[in-house]
Amino acid sequence: MGKMYEVSNRYNNYRDYTKEFTEVGRSIRRPDGADKVKGKVQYTDDLTLPRMVYGKLLRSKHAHANIVKIDYSKAMELEGVLGVITGEDCPIPYGIVPHNANEHALAVGKVRNWGEPVAAVAAVTEEIAEKALELIEVEYDVLEAIVDPREAVKRDDLRIHEDAPNNISYEGIQVYGDPDKALAESDYVLEQDYYSSYVNHGFIEPQSALADFDVATGKLHLYATCQVPHYTHQQLAKVLEMPLSKIRITVPLIGGGFGGKGVASQADFCSALLSRKVGRPVKITYERSDVFATNNGRHPCYMKMKLGFDKTGKITACDFTNLMDGGAYAGWGIVVLFYTASMVHIPYMIPNVRFDGKRVYTNKPTCGAFRGLGGVQPRFAMEQMLDQAAAHFGMDPYEIRMLNAAESGYTAMSKMYVPHTEYKKCLTECVEKSGYKEKHGKLPFGKGIGLSGGYYISGTSYTLYLSYKPHTVATIKVDEENDVTVYCGATDIGQGVDMVMAQMAAETLGVHTEDVTVIPRDTKISTFDLGTFASRLTFATGWAIRQAAEKINAELKPVAAGMLGIRGDEVEVQGGEFYNIYKPNKRVPWRDVVSSYIQTNGPLTKTGQFTPPRRKGIQQGGNIGHSPSFGFSAQIAEVDIDLETGKVNVVKITEAGDCGVAINPQSVEGQVHGSIGMGLGQALYEEMKIAPDGTFCNPSFHDYKVPTALDMPEIDANIVDAYDPSAPYGAKESGEGPIQPTIPAIFNAVYDAIGVRFTEMPLTPEKVLNAIKEQKAKGVF
Amino acid sequence: MKQLITLNINNQNYDVIVTPMDLLVDVIRKAIGLTGTKKGCGQGDCGACTVLIDGQPKLSCLTLAITCADKKIITIEGIANEDGTLHPIQDAFLDHGAVQCGFCTPGMILSAKALIDRNPNPSQKEIKTAISGNTCRCTGYINIVSAIESYANLVAEKGAK
Ligand code: FES
Ligand code: FES
Repeated sequence: MGKMYEVSNRYNNYRDYTKEFTEVGRSIRRPDGADKVKGKVQYTDDLTLPRMVYGKLLRSKHAHANIVKIDYSKAMELEGVLGVITGEDCPIPYGIVPHNANEHALAVGKVRNWGEPVAAVAAVTEEIAEKALELIEVEYDVLEAIVDPREAVKRDDLRIHEDAPNNISYEGIQVYGDPDKALAESDYVLEQDYYSSYVNHGFIEPQSALADFDVATGKLHLYATCQVPHYTHQQLAKVLEMPLSKIRITVPLIGGGFGGKGVASQADFCSALLSRKVGRPVKITYERSDVFATNNGRHPCYMKMKLGFDKTGKITACDFTNLMDGGAYAGWGIVVLFYTASMVHIPYMIPNVRFDGKRVYTNKPTCGAFRGLGGVQPRFAMEQMLDQAAAHFGMDPYEIRMLNAAESGYTAMSKMYVPHTEYKKCLTECVEKSGYKEKHGKLPFGKGIGLSGGYYISGTSYTLYLSYKPHTVATIKVDEENDVTVYCGATDIGQGVDMVMAQMAAETLGVHTEDVTVIPRDTKISTFDLGTFASRLTFATGWAIRQAAEKINAELKPVAAGMLGIRGDEVEVQGGEFYNIYKPNKRVPWRDVVSSYIQTNGPLTKTGQFTPPRRKGIQQGGNIGHSPSFGFSAQIAEVDIDLETGKVNVVKITEAGDCGVAINPQSVEGQVHGSIGMGLGQALYEEMKIAPDGTFCNPSFHDYKVPTALDMPEIDANIVDAYDPSAPYGAKESGEGPIQPTIPAIFNAVYDAIGVRFTEMPLTPEKVLNAIKEQKAKGVF
Repeated sequence: MKQLITLNINNQNYDVIVTPMDLLVDVIRKAIGLTGTKKGCGQGDCGACTVLIDGQPKLSCLTLAITCADKKIITIEGIANEDGTLHPIQDAFLDHGAVQCGFCTPGMILSAKALIDRNPNPSQKEIKTAISGNTCRCTGYINIVSAIESYANLVAEKGAK
């Protein structure tokens, strides 16, 4: 513990640090890019192993049913079938949050959602495996399904999980300050119900897993599409009853994740169990319908938000009730529930807050982590209410946000601490760039402009299993053969962290990014990292890499000094050369110094680590949402509504973001564009539809629409000038924050266009057209 | 039922045994081992499996392999220059940050190349329409469209192909 304390505080050493970067801040090409455009790079489904066979999962057509009997004898008789497994082969439950693990690789006794797998087959071809699925006879005792959480919570007579009265999977109340008193004393109180929709990540690469269990050594090697190899490692060990040391997880490249690959997939377990059973490597790749059945997408929320304001427009209190639809299993649920609680504390200063939330089980594919998790839903409510309040006070929506915006050093009532923020700059910059003030309230009927803000964490302060070990470890090896090799288990899901790690290592070591090779995503080779979630990687790997690189420098600088004939503290390194800081033309190549070091001292390898500072939450679940730092953004959407059809066309989005220093500005821009695209889809049309009997109505990209190139507006993405001194190289989150403002900005713009406030997502043409008709009837236009 | 056919892929002949039901995407990926062609939905909705058949972008997950016996197929592996250096459209994708996870990239590049091959001077709307069958969930398309525009400009300037 003493050591950990020391480690946690190391990140404050920033003061020694220079802001004159050469490698950081450059939009260099992705090192993995060339292989991607050539089609050379391998994703999990591209891999084959000798003797490999294929696995397929049999999925339930019922959303809620007891399994009476499974007979797979006929399937086993089919030529080419090697093995079948059912829930009996995996009785131990798993879950990303260990103390509430209630999922099974294959249903045990009962199915709780459409598409829950009940059996898995391994066969020599995919076709035979599919045929075998048809021969498996499952006898179900079909139960009534509940798909609406508002009903589920009333139905103790129909429990989805026996141990969850009223189908409540988690509930929590947090009270900070005295919201009742504050609301009673408020000059203006606004209260409104909101509903956020059931959306899917829609990553293009379906989950895939290739398991190779070696019966001779008892070791398992799993190749998988996984954002969190470490957690998958833990869960595999549990379900397969194997020591961690006998399991190796390699993550080839991932074709998008957005949180959806932030849990172990059933393919991971089933391929491993089948491989152990049949003694051959087994690959399971999902069809698109499997991806939807696995879901893990955004929790739909039935929210009630009450905001109080004093007479100047300052927020006095927030009373937030949230009923979350969790779907069939626990998953990330408790985390998401309490994130929705913590996400109302910032980016504004709110002195009194109450949260009363429940996550409820329903017979739907489980909800989980999805880009901006827990933040998107309450932001949808709050950012619209701020516009309403501004109108009440006769203020501009920009003004009311500026009045309430948190500033650097702010500590929220929940003890969430913001070391640094340029949120006000974000608001001002996008207001200026878009001409918001000139347009807002002044455009013709059908055209509108809307503002919104948002923020997100840069890492979490806790591991899911509350371990005190470092959250990220990076090892740097320097030698003559390879220049710099960075080992770190961080998982690149497309956002580009491999490149960012190379840039950060190069920055501190004073070499070129091209001289750095990153070896990531293999639990046997690369060093420990918790995984890709909560926008933690740049922040966490940044500190670990910097620490390791500084240790390397501490070894090399004295050698360079000897070669230059000066003192060690007179040496600096940049651009592949060590030099005398007083006589910069006295230089010695970095590689020569490395050779000299290794000849005298032997190999040079150093390890750095990062543990976030622990900031204690003071109430139930109050620690969730605490982060070393936060990224901020503001957006302005311009819409042009087709008054005949009700279709909302988003014409332009102006964005300004504070991600501290952008390690690779082009990547940041890419994250912003991608976030906006997703937010736009969720705002306007994306929605998973579940029938009353729990049948999934649109488990395909044909019926679940994601935005195409034709749907995207013009985007003006801006990175505001910022440097977060608590962050490595001043850099923090940029991938999740920018999705938060998109949805409310569009909704605020629609209000500006037709004078109707919508409180439910998505904003389908039908809803908009009905509203336009009503406005017409009222004589508004 | 099984038949021996010859597929011409990237100017190389491959003899493969197929059934009339085998999909081109599976034959390319599994029988021939060219895994650059991706499969995202298997239903014709995402465009990840796009290949060029006689110069036209086609969804290989909706194409029966057996129908391609006398055609010329180009996959992403057949796009780079003979000497292995990147094709200018591949360079454009990298320069414009049009690649994130890269899973949509092969299909996206092929759709874009087919467009510029038949219409070297497309409007932005034409570019967006040409790639509207290729879903990218990472990039928001903005940088992809600029990459294609810049390649089109290059073709116009230098006659590069
Ligand atoms: S895999 Fe062919 S279109 Fe999606
Ligand atoms: S880059 Fe990931 S889907 Fe396009």
